[in-house]
Amino acid sequence: MKKIRIGAGQGFYGDSILPAIETAQKGNIQYICFDCLAELTLAILQKDRKKDPSKGYTADISVTIRELLPVIKEKGIKLLTNAGGMNPLGAQQEVLRIVRELGIEGLKVAVVTGDDVLDRLEEWRQDGIWLAHMEDGRDIESIQDRILFANAYLGSGPIVEALREGADIVITGRVTDSALFLAPLIYEFGWEQDEWDRLAQGILMGHLMECSGQSTGGNFSGDWQSIEDLDQIGFPVAEVSEDGEFVLTKTEGTGGLVSIDTVKEQLLYEIHDPSAYMTPDIVLDMTEVRLEDIAPNQVRVTGARGKKPTNMLKVVMGYADGFMGQAICGYSWPDALAKAQNADQIIRRQLQQMGLQYEEIQTDYMGYNSLHGPLSKLPEEELNEVYLRIAVRTRNREDAAKLGRLFPPLMLSGPPSMGGFLGMMKPRELLGMWSCLVPRDIIDSGVRVTVMEV
Amino acid sequence: MAKIQLRNIVQARSGDKGNTVNIALFAPNEDVYELLINEVTTERVKAHFTGWVKGEVTRYLMPNIKAINFVCKKALSGGGSASLRMDNLGKCYASNLMRLEIEMGDVVAVNFSKS
Repeated sequence: MKKIRIGAGQGFYGDSILPAIETAQKGNIQYICFDCLAELTLAILQKDRKKDPSKGYTADISVTIRELLPVIKEKGIKLLTNAGGMNPLGAQQEVLRIVRELGIEGLKVAVVTGDDVLDRLEEWRQDGIWLAHMEDGRDIESIQDRILFANAYLGSGPIVEALREGADIVITGRVTDSALFLAPLIYEFGWEQDEWDRLAQGILMGHLMECSGQSTGGNFSGDWQSIEDLDQIGFPVAEVSEDGEFVLTKTEGTGGLVSIDTVKEQLLYEIHDPSAYMTPDIVLDMTEVRLEDIAPNQVRVTGARGKKPTNMLKVVMGYADGFMGQAICGYSWPDALAKAQNADQIIRRQLQQMGLQYEEIQTDYMGYNSLHGPLSKLPEEELNEVYLRIAVRTRNREDAAKLGRLFPPLMLSGPPSMGGFLGMMKPRELLGMWSCLVPRDIIDSGVRVTVMEV
Repeated sequence: MAKIQLRNIVQARSGDKGNTVNIALFAPNEDVYELLINEVTTERVKAHFTGWVKGEVTRYLMPNIKAINFVCKKALSGGGSASLRMDNLGKCYASNLMRLEIEMGDVVAVNFSKS
């Protein structure tokens, strides 16, 4: 039976490039897929594009292509990435530039566009298309003049089309993470649109691969101390058979671990109803999935069930939601927590005296409760040190910046033994996320695949 | 009957989507799984996260991998990029749930006294 090997190249914008190089060189793969777009990545890329219209894709695509091109060209590996972000055509130009610079010829670079729907929102609104928030049903009216980007999650269709047109590299904007991994299987095995269970296996494989190290021993909650060599972790590689069954593994000699215990944690990562994981390609049912350890670092995965997808696609928008100002400083034993609490009171009173109105003020005591909030328990022994962190939410940048300026005077005029003041932190723009469902056909009609050859 | 903290008997991973967090709990064997199903109810999880989860909690069972998935709404003070929280991506929710103490059944007591 025909088999295809696919490597995971990246789990987010900023992930290490080294495992991808290792997998391309030694993984005996035919495809390598890069998921660069977390929910909020598009906000960063939108800012980049605003500053420079030729930007707006993930900047590390330049390094990725430069490092990988010689080896993927030599081995005939195809590279798929959603690094296009807010500007897939710009990413295509950047890739072509590097290809020419390296003197490589006979390469087809395809780009998928049509996920960016910002310019169409007004028309949709006039057409009466309901863009209420999926999570709580809010009407879009309240944020519509603050929207920064709006992108639909596309499925595997246009990526498959790009491969059929002979693309060696496929660049997309927003697509589902799993579509990048499913597309090569549809192309290679000729799976039909109604082979739901096979497609489901492909989506499941993509889901297990899309977060890179999270299925090979990273962020592992079990016996995490027994996981070896995370400094040179191997990213997942899937060997997929024509019938959809696949084995999850990694390149020999790399660190990390592929076992039932590491893989099952990723299985439910960011999943809501495990019997109905909605994607543009299928609705995935994981409730009969079977994981088997068949050899060291090899887990066989079977049993995904698929159903016909709905006729809606998810659109995620980001909107300006004010600013966060924050400041951090530390206090030492004895009475570290009491000192930090006292400093918090001083700052809050000063904010009041200045007449500053913040929408929200949050105090955290790092080393005690900053990650677990009200569930944190004070240790019986006194803490050696505590960091005070105050964060504020406000509508304008200037007010956000005012908080930090109150911290330095604490050193001489506040409670004793303050250290570790991290300096003035720039206010951060807060970004609201707006998810809604839009009829598939009005999005599909705008999707294009463009191939350029060097 | 003796109590046991979840950290001693489960694996757990959490992640975010918008302002919603999901927490998956994994049992090492059938006995522990049954215990988790009985003890770690939607109501208990909701109560456990008082002040931290502001919306509803839904529970899904995955007997094929001996897992329970909890979906918690309004769990991140607005969501990853709009939140003032330090754990703005909800990755620490899983360990936070591991604080929960449950009544330890006889079977589990035997299993874990061996390890």
